[in-house]
Amino acid sequence: MADLRVEIAGVSFKNPVIPASGAFGFGHEYEKLYPLSKLGGISVKGMTLNQKDGNPPPRIAETPMGMLNSVGLQNPGIDYFLEKELPYLAGKETRIIANVAGSTVEDCVTMVKKIEGSAVDMIELNISCPNVKQGGAAFGTSCESAAGITAAVRKATTKPLMVKLSPNVTDITAIAKAVESEGADAVSLINTLLGMRIDINSRRPVLKNNVGGMSGPAVFPIAVRMVWQVANAVQIPVVGMGGISSAEDAIEMMMAGASAVQVGAAIFTDPYAPVKIIDGISSWLDCKGIASVKDIVGTVQPW
Amino acid sequence: MSYQQGQFPVISKANLAKNIFDLTILCPEIAANTKPGQFVHIRVPGHILRRPISIAGFDAIKGTIRIIYEIRGEGTQILADLKAGDMIDILGPLGNGYILPERERRCVVVGGGIGVPPLLPVAEHFGANATAILGFRSAQAAILEKDFEKAGAKTILCTDDGTLGQKGFVTNALEQLLLSECPDCICACGPLVMLKKVAEIAAAHSIPCQVSLEERMACGVGACLGCAVQIRREGKEQYLHVCKDGPVFYSEEVVF
Ligand SMILES: Cc1cc2nc3c(=O)[nH]c(=O)nc-3n(C[C@H](O)[C@H](O)[C@H](O)COP(=O)(O)OP(=O)(O)OC[C@H]3O[C@@H](n4cnc5c(N)ncnc54)[C@H](O)[C@@H]3O)c2cc1C
Ligand SMILES: Cc1cc2nc3c(=O)[nH]c(=O)nc-3n(C[C@H](O)[C@H](O)[C@H](O)COP(=O)(O)O)c2cc1C
Ligand code: FES
Repeated sequence: MADLRVEIAGVSFKNPVIPASGAFGFGHEYEKLYPLSKLGGISVKGMTLNQKDGNPPPRIAETPMGMLNSVGLQNPGIDYFLEKELPYLAGKETRIIANVAGSTVEDCVTMVKKIEGSAVDMIELNISCPNVKQGGAAFGTSCESAAGITAAVRKATTKPLMVKLSPNVTDITAIAKAVESEGADAVSLINTLLGMRIDINSRRPVLKNNVGGMSGPAVFPIAVRMVWQVANAVQIPVVGMGGISSAEDAIEMMMAGASAVQVGAAIFTDPYAPVKIIDGISSWLDCKGIASVKDIVGTVQPW
Repeated sequence: MSYQQGQFPVISKANLAKNIFDLTILCPEIAANTKPGQFVHIRVPGHILRRPISIAGFDAIKGTIRIIYEIRGEGTQILADLKAGDMIDILGPLGNGYILPERERRCVVVGGGIGVPPLLPVAEHFGANATAILGFRSAQAAILEKDFEKAGAKTILCTDDGTLGQKGFVTNALEQLLLSECPDCICACGPLVMLKKVAEIAAAHSIPCQVSLEERMACGVGACLGCAVQIRREGKEQYLHVCKDGPVFYSEEVVF
């Protein structure tokens, strides 16, 4: 049996597959189908300092081999998470990644300070949510603001800090380098791409928010390209996501340079997707006679 | 709430009306756990998002469930091609069903169009104590009248064009009925405008009323927060979720 363990920013994961933030809630819903201990880790729903209602419905639209969402970071707030959700999750023998989003730098700093003494294994600073008016992607689309928020959060926490990048930028490597230089321990990418669908009969956008974040298999080639570019531009580990729906996709993403992968929309199609991807990676490695999954990271041989 | 996902065989298929299909699926674990008003989330080959369809019948002994759906777009078009012997990938049973008082109580079910099927198990629960007010566009679009009668329900049919039963809306028939009767509860499913009117009528008569809502879904289990609906609860309006908190809500809580 191949060794599936990976290490990111000093945190060891039993395997490289992590349900992506927003696709897995706080884990309860899928624990009814399989034990959470099978997963490398869980990136929990994006959280803000205070409870957030999210955007008006409809929030979901289908696209060819993909989907749009405009959930808008509906969440119960960081205190609720730390008091009510984390104690439960902490006993599940998987790594807990707290996805943190704020409308201001101060909010993010306050949140990571609250997380500091907790059982959270890693912080994923979300500077890339396209569905909120303030903060969110606004931090992730210029090098200065990405660097600024990373620096402030870095000072406020000793937890491993991963910064989640937006694909809605001209040069994602510049943002990645900016957050690396301010002390990010890892980067994760990609968040959703901004998209839109219109109902031609009503001439109304399908989403009440008009626009929303696109994910699912349709974005996979873009995600692979961006992970490859970023992995070549920074020294810190890259966690890859965007459209992964099979073990083959996960392996491809890792060859592009990802040390681990996250799985989002695929869970909606098949709730067992993360587990099937873990098993599929394991059998592929065995079949190829590769001893450790680490041995495939970044091994693409570009022309 | 416990649910599961798997591939299950289609046992039989019927065409109930133009573009409306009726499938019986063998899935004993799901059949054994279903309550009236719950739904299944169906995977459609070639599509990323599953399609939510209500459970229109369940038989724990035979291990079957029944779903009835109308072609509305690409997904339901593909599901329309399923035939007996094919496998169908379902996740369920999902959501909370109707909260039903004991069967000795009297219940009026009010259904419009493709909103009629999930009310059949409700009518079966109350048997002769159920009155079913079912509305359709026309006689050609009418479904399940016989099934409701077989369940023992007093059945009132309405069509928009008067080709079957009374001409007019189910809400007119409901108002008419409430002139002479005072049921213990109302359960409704159908277009939002219809549900809103039913809710108003129920409120005017102080009859507890539950409505089944629809919203676009991704996960179907409460994880993605996609299927939000505005609900007034504990003094404040908040976004709850059709798949997990619903699809059935007390109508007084719904912000229409
Ligand atoms: C809890 C619940 C129970 C339902 N029960 C039934 C039933 O028993 N019989 C039946 O015929 N229909 C039912 N529906 C509606 C059914 O889900 C939609 O008609 C179906 O999803 C349309 O899919 P499509 O691909 O044909 O249409 P498209 O318009 O191509 O679908 C595009 C996307 O929008 C979603 N969508 C479109 N219309 C609706 C809708 N009304 N509600 C939710 N999502 C929608 C689809 O799921 C898909 O993700 C129910 C909906 C819900 C929420
Ligand atoms: C419904 C939904 C909600 C999401 N919520 C969040 C969130 O709260 N925080 C975040 O960082 N990313 C969020 N994302 C983005 C995903 O974590 C992921 O980056 C993106 O969907 C690409 O992966 P996928 O194609 O596998 O879904 C969300 C995605 C979806 C589909
Ligand atoms: S569809 Fe995901 S929460 Fe309802």
